[in-house]
Amino acid sequence: MVTLNIDGQDITVDRSYTLLDAVREMGITIPTLCHHPDLSLFGGCRLCLVEGSGMRRPAASCVTPVQEGMVVQSSTPYLERLRKTNVELLLSDHPNDCMLCERAGNCKLQELAYYYGLREHRFEGDRRIYSRKDNNPFLQREMEKCVMCGQCVRICDEIQGVGAIDFAYKGLWTKVTPPFERDLDCEFCGQCVGVCPTGALTGRIWAGKGRQKFREVDTVCSYCGCGCILTLAVKKNQIARIYSRKDTINEGMLCAKGRFAYEFVNSPERLTRPLIRTAPKKDWQLNDSGRYAQVKPERSSTNSSGVFREVSWEEALDHIAFRIKEIKDVHGADAIGGLASARCTNEENYLFQKFMRAAVGTNNVDHCARY
Amino acid sequence: MDKKDIVIKVCSGTGSLSAGGKDVLEAFRSLAASTGTQAEFRDRCTAHQVGCRGFCSRDVLVDVIINGEKITYELIKPDMVPRIFEEHILQGDPVDEWMAGEQHREFHAAQTKIVLSHCGEMDPESLDAYLASGGYEAAHQAFVRMTPGEIIEEIKRSALRGRGGAGFPTGLKWEFAGRMRSKEKYVVCNGNESDPGAFADRCIIEGDPHSVIEGMMICARAIGAERGYIYVRDSYALAVKRLGLALRQCREHGFLGSNVFDSGFDLDIRLYPAPGAFICGEATALMKSIEGKRAMPSPRMWRTAEKGLWGRPTVINNVETLANVPRILGRGAEWFAGVGTENSGGTKVFSLTGKVKNTGLVEIPMGVTLREVIYGIGGGMVEDRAFKGIQLGGPTGGCLSEAFLDSRVDYESLALAGTIMGSGGMVVLDETSCIVDTARFFLDITQAESCGKCTPCRLGLRRMFEILQRITNGHGRNGDIELLEDLGSHIRATSLCGFGMTAPNPVLTTIRYFRDEYAVHIKDRKCPALVCKNLLTYSCIQENCTGCGLCKKVCPSDAIRGTRKKSHKIDQDLCVKCGSCFDACKFDAVLRE
Ligand SMILES: Cc1cc2nc3c(=O)[nH]c(=O)nc-3n(C[C@H](O)[C@H](O)[C@H](O)COP(=O)(O)O)c2cc1C
Ligand code: SF4
Ligand code: SF4
Repeated sequence: MVTLNIDGQDITVDRSYTLLDAVREMGITIPTLCHHPDLSLFGGCRLCLVEGSGMRRPAASCVTPVQEGMVVQSSTPYLERLRKTNVELLLSDHPNDCMLCERAGNCKLQELAYYYGLREHRFEGDRRIYSRKDNNPFLQREMEKCVMCGQCVRICDEIQGVGAIDFAYKGLWTKVTPPFERDLDCEFCGQCVGVCPTGALTGRIWAGKGRQKFREVDTVCSYCGCGCILTLAVKKNQIARIYSRKDTINEGMLCAKGRFAYEFVNSPERLTRPLIRTAPKKDWQLNDSGRYAQVKPERSSTNSSGVFREVSWEEALDHIAFRIKEIKDVHGADAIGGLASARCTNEENYLFQKFMRAAVGTNNVDHCARY
Repeated sequence: MDKKDIVIKVCSGTGSLSAGGKDVLEAFRSLAASTGTQAEFRDRCTAHQVGCRGFCSRDVLVDVIINGEKITYELIKPDMVPRIFEEHILQGDPVDEWMAGEQHREFHAAQTKIVLSHCGEMDPESLDAYLASGGYEAAHQAFVRMTPGEIIEEIKRSALRGRGGAGFPTGLKWEFAGRMRSKEKYVVCNGNESDPGAFADRCIIEGDPHSVIEGMMICARAIGAERGYIYVRDSYALAVKRLGLALRQCREHGFLGSNVFDSGFDLDIRLYPAPGAFICGEATALMKSIEGKRAMPSPRMWRTAEKGLWGRPTVINNVETLANVPRILGRGAEWFAGVGTENSGGTKVFSLTGKVKNTGLVEIPMGVTLREVIYGIGGGMVEDRAFKGIQLGGPTGGCLSEAFLDSRVDYESLALAGTIMGSGGMVVLDETSCIVDTARFFLDITQAESCGKCTPCRLGLRRMFEILQRITNGHGRNGDIELLEDLGSHIRATSLCGFGMTAPNPVLTTIRYFRDEYAVHIKDRKCPALVCKNLLTYSCIQENCTGCGLCKKVCPSDAIRGTRKKSHKIDQDLCVKCGSCFDACKFDAVLRE
């Protein structure tokens, strides 16, 4: 343990702490743009500066280890001026797009500009302008708004293990990009979107669905058995976007399905009641060897829908029970197979195999996630 | 050394090769071969290449040594070779008119050659030549007879400090790494040579690659490393080639590989061709680069000597630092320490350029004054114009004024004056150089070379550059000087790595020492040195104008009015300030101010 003095107050912390950890543990706020507790240390935004004894110049607290007996100030007029200048510099290379930006109201840069009262800044000059847009299906990437915090690069590499993006070029034109400026072609987990402090990375399907005053609904993702906790940002009873909080079992991380694949929820094509087929699938016929096979397209009928009847759950289950029994009586239990879904819980999958083995009497049971 | 009594040495650095050095060497060789009617002549005469001797403006330089008597020729072309061969070598009558003159003597006289002592004397591609001069004896001694502690002690006593720029005491760095317990350790030679305009490391590698390798071997032995990397700019094609060759020779001779010098220690050194960005020379970025990542500096939470490449203890030393090491073990720490100042032993190689008579690579003892360099080795100012300033340490260094001519060249004195040793760039400015434009020039380089990681450096340098640009374009504003100062000290105070910490230097020092010149640019919209194009005005001096009309003909934008034989007038609104009329006028009737 190490004891040091921050803003006149002694604190004892573990020696693995950085100054930023210690400062935050004391409940003192200190701005950062590039720090992320789960990612490697970066030290790029130069906002978390502190002054202290034995320091030749202000130090970035996020990358300064604590030392016994340090005396540190987290906020002085000088430090605030340095922070403010850095925010000014960032704004001098930022499009004035808060009016339309998906992140307005929830943007760290906007918050800093507000805090430092920066309507104008002292620096005019070139801004990055990129004419070429990334055409990937999921992520909106507006790199003019990037503040080079590197969180997207690090989460992609260090947490996701994909490494789809990195910094390229130098100077003002430094840019986070997939190799050779190609369109992003990755897992589309959107982890980068989750950490981006500005509107540089957003979800394409977020656009125009609202950006503030959401009703937040916590739920469990139904896509797989992992059980990630989602927070649905709901507006007018529609999902506007999905994110996840840090204090969840998934620690705020999500995959492509959990984060972006929610359009089905409000889709008019979504099945809401069981259907029973009233006529055989028209392009499937019994062939000579006694198996069902697909008929060649030119011979098949054009319309294979409209052969379903909407029924109640009771009727559907009765129908299933009747058919299973019938098949078992005629062809034996091994003529029946069961395929369970990865979207079911463990308990449901357990029950399903139990049902297949004990009730139906066959070992023909499998699970889609095996493939 | 050479048993043959006629030795012809042809410079073969990159500068010389582009001036035709290879053809000159070939010409000598073929003449020597064909003239050998008497067979014994061939055995007496040898022509070989040698490394750069620093005086590149006079390439191709050729030494002809007959019975130990050396005559140096300069500016030699292949077609001049037969005459030298005929008159000097065969008849013993040197060709006076082509001999290197006073300038050459002056250039070399005030230098002290330690690191460059082999350059210009020895064939860099020959291991035998290196061995003949006592090469690898120091390494042998280090591996076989000395303990790591003794080596480190010797280096510490020599007061050798890092020549890469920061001037960290080398012995201390080795000691930190030596103390660490680790299965793997690394020694890295930093041959990135970031500063555009510096070419010292390049010449050392090209002219004396084995010294660098020997230095690395000694370092590896001292800290207990079994693997070394030489990180050298890929665009230094000749350096890469000669290093590769030298490493191969060492492996063949058992100087590298397993059981070096039968000492029981293994050592392998590999070449790592560097992409060659400015920031690749910064130690933490360099390590990232070797690890296969983008070269971006990391925060220094640990010493690299303790946690470096792949998290292992790593010593990173500059090419010149390492090339000094075998000399220290060879001639003793006391001798080396005696050459320099109290805090800093030995010499430093500088790339002297700008408005001095003699430009090139110069090696001077630490602590020599700037005046001695400029007026001694440099031979004074071009056309004896007045000295104005000197930019030291490359684009991230500072510009000193005349008041500092007598200040000494060592780490402390330079830091006190607001500049750095850097990689040893020296650009001399005279009254025809504009200070603001010079600062703009350097900022143009650094703003483009910032790695982009941290806010103040990436954006701040760009904004500084843009302010300088508008001042030199005639759009300077009141308060711009203060804004530059504020931004410059901001970048210095808040940047992550040494690059951002030093990059505002050219602006901050020029404002400190030449503030008036900035003010004239902004307030009067004038450039006293007549460099900033947009601040110049061209007008007609009525008394001198004969009305010849030549200026009217050359003006590309029809800005000149006047009838023949009457004095002309320049329309300031139309003038594009190209200066054509000024150059064309035969009667000094165009005034440029
Ligand atoms: C921006 C920047 C560029 C640098 N470039 C070089 C370089 O090109 N060559 C070099 O040897 N050191 C360079 N350095 C210094 C290295 O970081 C490091 O201090 C040095 O290689 C250590 O070797 P030394 O102790 O022998 O000087 C650079 C430092 C900075 C901050
Ligand atoms: S895109 Fe966003 S997360 Fe990535 S570096 Fe830029 S600001 Fe940071
Ligand atoms: S100071 Fe400049 S070069 Fe160094 S890390 Fe920051 S942006 Fe990169």
